Amino acid sequence: MTGEFHTSKLDDVLNWARKFSLFQYPFVTACCGMEFMSVAAPKYDIARFGAEFPRFSPRQADLLIIVGTITERQGPALRRIYEQMCEPKWVVAFGVCASTGGFYQNYSTMPGADQVVPVDVYIPGCPPRPEQVLDGLILLQERIQRGEGHNQVSIRVEAAEKKARKQGREFEPPLVSIRALPPRSETKPGTENK
Amino acid sequence: MSTTNDIKLPLSPPQTRRVVVGYQDAEDLGAPDLPTEPLPLNMGPSHPAMHGTVRMVLEVEGEKISSADIQIGYLHRCFEKESESATWTQVFPYTDRLNYISPMLNNVGYALAVEKLLEIKVPERAQYIRVIVGEVSRITDHLTCLGASAMELGAFTVFLYALKAREWLFELLEETCGARLTSTYVRIGGLSYDLPPGFDEKLRSILERTKVVMSDIGKLLDRNRIFRDRMDGIGIITKEDALAYGITGPVGRSTGLAYDVRKDHPYLVYDRFDFDVPIGSVGDNFDRYAVRVEEMVQSMRILDQALKQIPAGPVMVSDPRIALPPKTEVYNSIEAMIAHFKIVMDGIHVPAGEAYSYTEAGNGELGFYLVSDGTGRPWKCRVRPPCFPATAVLTKVLPGLFIADVVPTFGMINMIGGECDR
Amino acid sequence: MAKIVLDRLAAQFAGGEILASGTEHGDEWARVRRDAWIAVATFLRDDPATKMEMFIDLTCVDRFGGGGPGAAGNDPPRFDVVLHLYSVSLKHRVRLYCGAPEDDAWVDTLVSVWAGADWYEREAYDLYGVRFKGHPDLRRILMYPEFVGHPLRKDYPKEKRQPLVRRQTGMPE
Repeated sequence: MTGEFHTSKLDDVLNWARKFSLFQYPFVTACCGMEFMSVAAPKYDIARFGAEFPRFSPRQADLLIIVGTITERQGPALRRIYEQMCEPKWVVAFGVCASTGGFYQNYSTMPGADQVVPVDVYIPGCPPRPEQVLDGLILLQERIQRGEGHNQVSIRVEAAEKKARKQGREFEPPLVSIRALPPRSETKPGTENK
Repeated sequence: MSTTNDIKLPLSPPQTRRVVVGYQDAEDLGAPDLPTEPLPLNMGPSHPAMHGTVRMVLEVEGEKISSADIQIGYLHRCFEKESESATWTQVFPYTDRLNYISPMLNNVGYALAVEKLLEIKVPERAQYIRVIVGEVSRITDHLTCLGASAMELGAFTVFLYALKAREWLFELLEETCGARLTSTYVRIGGLSYDLPPGFDEKLRSILERTKVVMSDIGKLLDRNRIFRDRMDGIGIITKEDALAYGITGPVGRSTGLAYDVRKDHPYLVYDRFDFDVPIGSVGDNFDRYAVRVEEMVQSMRILDQALKQIPAGPVMVSDPRIALPPKTEVYNSIEAMIAHFKIVMDGIHVPAGEAYSYTEAGNGELGFYLVSDGTGRPWKCRVRPPCFPATAVLTKVLPGLFIADVVPTFGMINMIGGECDR
Repeated sequence: MAKIVLDRLAAQFAGGEILASGTEHGDEWARVRRDAWIAVATFLRDDPATKMEMFIDLTCVDRFGGGGPGAAGNDPPRFDVVLHLYSVSLKHRVRLYCGAPEDDAWVDTLVSVWAGADWYEREAYDLYGVRFKGHPDLRRILMYPEFVGHPLRKDYPKEKRQPLVRRQTGMPE
């Protein structure tokens, strides 16, 4: 049963291509947007990582970057945008407000964007330094390569369920464990793509 | 290396502008009027050209807007409610995030309001430093506004140039207070730290380089046919509207309203500087752009004079009820430790009363109306946001424009969600 | 600094419409009776000695028991609508208060005097629940229409959320 969840060589190649050509949908709300602009600016240059091109339509994007505070009023719009994206899709929470609500604990701030969408990488900081953002992006790329984004996993689970039903088998969704990352000191530069 | 006087900024004077006010209707052009039906069009709340989040529900007939309903509140982060449960000093991080592209100006505005209630005056060096970091923040404000608006019109290079200049200023602010964007540098009674050594030369060299960047941007935009066609005559706000709505700042001054808090009611040490305030004439988008560019030039003039005049001295008032005691004493004497504890936990005890204090922020008159009940926490801390009325007037300005005109108009109003929705 | 404003108000409105006035921390203020709110505002805008053409701010304070300036005595009104005005030509300011009790929380609208009062009054209604009589479009501005209650009142808990949408995760709220 678990064999259906292992990634194949083809998946590895596809994930390699996906991680280096992320089309971002920057859902910018607040102050973190200024640091997002700095990351896209010449000095810190997110284009080096392949994630330069913002697509301003969710239908054409595969990375939803939630930049800034999400309020309760914004919730339905965010959910709708997430649902409009094509699969596979990933979500990055940029800044503490998008991760946990930040230091805003009140009647209007949603305590983190993961109340409405599943988030793959949380980038803390208020606002995070551009180097921190790039670190988060590299983390996301590693996760994409291993095929462990929330959406990638649910695609495989759905495919397995469909296959099981077609074969008439009883389907039990397994507990999918995301492997812990190896400690940073052990990964040498240039070997992360394996 | 050229001196600051050699570089001229090519700002075209308004006399040579050909201003077309409004559009010629289809009948005037001789084309038959196409039948249209009103169509509701929703722009936002997540839209690439909306700075931050705002939702515009437009009713359009063809491409022309017949009515606009602007819905804000998508970034309502409850500044007032949070500040009612925080101490007077703990409100500073919340003020940073109001107008987040010029955070120092908000910090300074709030500190001045609390000091008005306390009736204290900060040391002179602290006043000069507040002016310096405030004007640096004003330059970052205008650079971001112009860069982002130009990018939305297609001038991506201008955006990259403006951000390049903004990076230098952010690095300088980071050396000063530790954070690039949300600084929380100012304290009630003065500042948290003094300027770092070498600040003077670094700021001067950054201003030289920024002048080159601004001259480049001017060469790209000022006589650019596309930019001028999209900005001239579009989005005109009249002086009467500016008065009725309370629009101040670059938007208000572009309509011809001669009001700048730094000149009319000088605060801190602004009365010691020699600077001009640009006033527009037509009130359209290009006027707002020109006023902002000229304000950056004047800010650099103020910075030049401030760096020459700044005296030595303390940066914090020496009142033990307001200023935290030095750390060596806190760790070595019980009285200083208790004083430190009381100021941090209870907050500074501000006498009961109310005060309204106003400064010139990036977008206009930023007012803080504080109500104190005598404890260490505010009873009410109201922000009077300068871009709130500027956004409100758009419900009057947008009808009659095309959909494509919404982008430069909204960009030049410089609505910052953190300030408008608080 | 703006004593002329208080003097002109005292001269024009001698029938008790100005309940109290004074100066605090350099700001001049006056408390206005509710039925004279529009009359006082129009006078301040049009009188050549005061000429308050610029509307600065309109907000509301929840006194929650204690009274504001000039509202001494037992049973001060719970809400104070606070208006800040400025004169660009004469460079003076004034602050006006108008009390509204909790069970009868309404004040006349100033949209006919300054068009900019529109959004400010919507915000005061949204966050405090004070209604503005005659306002063309009094609806919520910062909160969403489904929100129940007026959050900046002192008896609304800061962290009481009313979420519109939540993901099904099985975790406690």
